[in-house]
Amino acid sequence: MSAVSDIRNRYRQEFAGRAPRLAGAGLPWLAARRRAAMEQFAGSGFPTRKDEDWKYTDVSPLALRQFRPAGAVPVDAALLIPFRLDAWQLVFVDGRFAPALSLLDGLPDGVRLTSLADRLRDTPEMLEAWLGRQVGAERHGFAALNLAFAEDGAVIEIRRSIELEKPIQLLSVQTVGQDSIQHLRHLIRVGENVRASVIESFVALTPGASFSTGVTEIDLAAGSELVHYRLVQNGDDASQIDTTHVQQGRDSRYDAHAVNLGGRLLRHELDCALAAAGAECRFNALTLARGQAQVDTHTRFDHLAPHTTSREWVKGVLDDEARGVFSGRVVVHPDAQKSDAEQSNRNLLLSPRAEADSRPQLEIYADDVKCAHGAATGSLDPEQLFYLRSRGLDAERARQLLVYGFAADALARLPLAGLRRRLAAALGERLLPGANLEGLIP
Amino acid sequence: MILTIKNLKVEVEGKPILNGIDLEVNAGEVHAIMGPNGSGKSTLAQVLAGREQFTVTDGTVSYDGQDLLALAPEERARRGLFLGFQYPVEIPGVSNVYLLKAAVNAMRTARGEPELDAFDFLTQVRAVLERMDMPETFLYRAVNEDFSGGEKKRNEILQLLLLEPRLAILDETDSGLDIDALKVVANGVNSLRAPDRAFILVTHYQRLLDYVVPDQVHVLSNGRIVKSGDRSLAHELEARGYDWLKEEAA
Repeated sequence: MSAVSDIRNRYRQEFAGRAPRLAGAGLPWLAARRRAAMEQFAGSGFPTRKDEDWKYTDVSPLALRQFRPAGAVPVDAALLIPFRLDAWQLVFVDGRFAPALSLLDGLPDGVRLTSLADRLRDTPEMLEAWLGRQVGAERHGFAALNLAFAEDGAVIEIRRSIELEKPIQLLSVQTVGQDSIQHLRHLIRVGENVRASVIESFVALTPGASFSTGVTEIDLAAGSELVHYRLVQNGDDASQIDTTHVQQGRDSRYDAHAVNLGGRLLRHELDCALAAAGAECRFNALTLARGQAQVDTHTRFDHLAPHTTSREWVKGVLDDEARGVFSGRVVVHPDAQKSDAEQSNRNLLLSPRAEADSRPQLEIYADDVKCAHGAATGSLDPEQLFYLRSRGLDAERARQLLVYGFAADALARLPLAGLRRRLAAALGERLLPGANLEGLIP
Repeated sequence: MILTIKNLKVEVEGKPILNGIDLEVNAGEVHAIMGPNGSGKSTLAQVLAGREQFTVTDGTVSYDGQDLLALAPEERARRGLFLGFQYPVEIPGVSNVYLLKAAVNAMRTARGEPELDAFDFLTQVRAVLERMDMPETFLYRAVNEDFSGGEKKRNEILQLLLLEPRLAILDETDSGLDIDALKVVANGVNSLRAPDRAFILVTHYQRLLDYVVPDQVHVLSNGRIVKSGDRSLAHELEARGYDWLKEEAA
């Protein structure tokens, strides 16, 4: 038996042992779905580089290692302070909702914010039609594993015409590094004409190898607007495979911002189904990777209706032997006349061993559309360097400032000023060591 | 003598651009370098500031008695040499105020003076903004990004006024400016004229020289200074163009 199938069998055995105790085990529909997901996983296993969608990302380090669920370790609330934003907060520790660490006071009427586990226990009825509808087990081995094992996450429902004054933060904390695994599953449903922001933050409190899967299923009703931030600040040996699927109604707007600052193997998949006229999605991603990190951004935007718009800006700063992969697929379906899609992928390579792979894919089946894409990978611009040096900055500082500027430029699109400043400061500390940052952070 | 250039020859990608420049600039003087497009004016300006893409194949440049060509661009800047760029470079993600402060403090550190704190720096920069008729919002935009042509040139003069260099080389700072902007730029330059400071104005037109009166005018053609004179030479060039000089030089 190969090492890979051996590990696969251990997930099966683990499932057989834990299935009767998993959240919602008493719900026949969920138990059946979990079983089917496990069978799917047992059959397919993890993807390999032979799969077209995984050509540039080798996940065998995850497939060859036995990860186990982390036991709940108590978290010192003080350790979370640096990661908390001015927001309603749901905190998850090692994949479990931690009510004592969460802050949900003062939620307006019409906003329901619960943990998935609580929901499965108390009012599971409506989840049957919802959980796994947008991201099923057939997607790939990670999604299958997630559906089979995920017990917790956030369920966010916002009734029509509500404008949230503060964002909702979903803070996921990993406390145990040693070969631990966790699965999270969020469901977000936004009613008509809602304005809301959701921030997913991922933080590791200890170094060491860990692995997490995440699935977020989002449904945006007509006229709604969701700003969705994803901030990944994992330890250098933490790996994370996440899938976000967004179903968009008429004139809805999904505005996503992803900032990856740490991790060993990160893959974020974002699918947007622009299913009704006037729907728009925007995706703005920034990755800083060093060491042997691999960061894979994988998007698919389906223009299914007329007058739909997609915008995508993906940026990477790759140092050492880090590798950045961008695969961006835009499909303009036959009915999607007057669609407008733009995509750009720009990478800065700071080391001769760093690598960027860029795969823009446009599939256009309508004739009256506007589509543009561009990709550029390179090193620093000598003209910019000369300009800064001619103002008295030494060569090293000038280089650092240009790298900072390249990265910080992506933050300018973040609507939340507080978060923008906080992230700019994090970039400054990392990219401009020892510099006085005063005046740099807008 | 602030600057002495002797027989300076420069190539770009193997192609000769400057073919033996001789020039002396004394403290307190304003020199104008004029010439047709492609004569080597901008190359001369950039070589003096240390642009590494140009190869000096012969000649010497002495700045305050030191070998200028041996210094890195930042060293030249810290010793008081300033280049106002013909095409100021955009630096996305970096605020104008940060670059200004970093530049001012780099000069101060080089002179052995303490760095300015945020308050003192802002006081200084606000005074200069007012002289330049520029709003304070200018400080918080990314360096030159989405600036109009005129704003970029004003930003160069803003830096000039803050850095108070010993030798300022302004490379076509006047091009693309309307008359009001040109006056603001000229006033900035004039306000900085001093007995221990010199200017080299690289320009295609004599228009700027109506407002900043030069001590000497030099005409560059095919990488050589083919004629030097006082400010009346600029007017002659305006009236007659450059062709007669090319013929005279040939």
